[in-house]
Amino acid sequence: MPQAAIEIENLSKEYPYGFLHLKRKKSLEDLSMRVEDGEVFGFLGPNGAGKSTTIKLLMRLIFPTSGSARILGQSIDDVSMHGSIGYLPEQPYFYDYLTAYEVLDYFARFHALTAGDRHTRVAAMLKKVGLDTAKKIQLRKYSKGMLQRVGLAQAILHDPQVVVLDEPMSGLDPLGRREVRDIILELKREGRTVLFSTHVLSDAEMLCDRVGVIVGGKLRGVGAPGELVDMKPQGMEILFELSGEMPNVPLLAKAMRTGDRLRVQLPDAELYAALDQLKAAGARILSVAQIKPTLEEFFMNLVEADRAQASAVDVSGK
Amino acid sequence: MRNIRAVAANTFREAVRDRVLYNLVFFALLMMAAAILVGQISIGIEKDVIISLGLTAISVIGILIAVFLGVALVSKEMDKRTLYALLAKPVHRWEFLLGKFFGLVMTLGVNTAAMAVGLYAALWSVKHPLAPADAYILVAVYLILLKLALIVALALLFSCFTSPFLAILFTAGLYVAGLFAGDLRTIQAVGLDPATLRFMRGVSYVLPNFQNFNVMAAVVHGQPVPGSFVWSATVYALLYSAIVLAAAAVVFSRRNLK
Repeated sequence: MPQAAIEIENLSKEYPYGFLHLKRKKSLEDLSMRVEDGEVFGFLGPNGAGKSTTIKLLMRLIFPTSGSARILGQSIDDVSMHGSIGYLPEQPYFYDYLTAYEVLDYFARFHALTAGDRHTRVAAMLKKVGLDTAKKIQLRKYSKGMLQRVGLAQAILHDPQVVVLDEPMSGLDPLGRREVRDIILELKREGRTVLFSTHVLSDAEMLCDRVGVIVGGKLRGVGAPGELVDMKPQGMEILFELSGEMPNVPLLAKAMRTGDRLRVQLPDAELYAALDQLKAAGARILSVAQIKPTLEEFFMNLVEADRAQASAVDVSGK
Repeated sequence: MRNIRAVAANTFREAVRDRVLYNLVFFALLMMAAAILVGQISIGIEKDVIISLGLTAISVIGILIAVFLGVALVSKEMDKRTLYALLAKPVHRWEFLLGKFFGLVMTLGVNTAAMAVGLYAALWSVKHPLAPADAYILVAVYLILLKLALIVALALLFSCFTSPFLAILFTAGLYVAGLFAGDLRTIQAVGLDPATLRFMRGVSYVLPNFQNFNVMAAVVHGQPVPGSFVWSATVYALLYSAIVLAAAAVVFSRRNLK
């Protein structure tokens, strides 16, 4: 098996709590997964599921209760390895007394770059994230979206092989989200590995080669967005237009109207009979598509199952 | 070394931009007021009063900065999460701590040097030309700086494992206790059994002895400070700070950030 960009083995994290710290809460439970070299991997889960915990463990901001992880074949405890990875924290906050240029120049100093290289890269990054006109403004005057861009710039400043982004779209307007998506796709084109966490499923579907879904501190599924959900069609949907009076056809009673258009959902076996009926009624067929479950439905099912299990434990505990 | 230098330079820049050095304005006003008043109310001891007041102000202002900023060095970074992006870089946690320490010591060095210049200016205004013995003021200022470095190290250690409020309390408490470390060592209280005396003597050696840095009485009266005293105080401050910083590094190396 070729070396994975990120390998996580049985990683668990427990936090002590209570007055004497005698009770322990599991934040992450026995997580094992691989992110292959060059892929964009989406880490999905609701708030508090363990996404940020996993990422913080990888970045050695917190330490595991058990288990291990390697990035590019090296243990995460090896500090030198961190020269090959970039990290964007969730809701990043940087030294607000510095300008964007100064903060990037500061972070660049921790990599073996000459002063000339630092200047060139910082200038290029500011341009890339659209901050070159605001580079001399102190960060205390930046909006949340602008800070997110600074965070992204510092994460990729040193040309890292693996980029880990914790909620990179958070706090961004549609334009900003689009720009972040473009940057992630550009990183992929350049052959870099990207692991990013999100709870926006459309982002994951659009960008990721594979996704991992984590709920309640446990990994519930890993795979391509299409593989992960059951790809078996659940029926057909016909989109059509109908001018004039609505004829008295039973099929049309089931149709849902959206503006001028109507859509009807029906089992696979009834498709051709339905098309004949619509044709006879004078409808103009716009499209016929398979109904597939979405990643969102898959995700919601997992979350609801987890909640049901948690409340069952609560009840039995009482 | 590159990492420590970068963190130290940024810590110094933060202090400057957060207007920490504005305290110098307060010091300058204090010295000016003292120079004017002293000429009117004291005859023959103007110099003594100015030196005593100036060195006390340098020490008190320095201690306040060392305790409050020393505690904030790490706790503020953890609280605001500015530390996250940095620790994901190829930086050891101990490098971060040392960078923070040296950055604040550098700030205190510049601050103390500027106040020393102010003190000499006030002295010159009440009595000039200055006497060769006035150079001993520099020795006192140097020892104050050593004391401040040790306080920063202690504040840094406490802020690595407790809340900022408790860290300030512990640092200030240890400073006050350290002022009496010498007395604790030589105490011969009546009615105390030998075991208690031994315990107190042991504690006195563990506490940071801040009396090692106090030469104000000698300097005010123009008496020389022996070179051996300065050397031993320097070695003491370096060793004690190194031990405290090493302990801070050990604690911080396994600290889970929020």
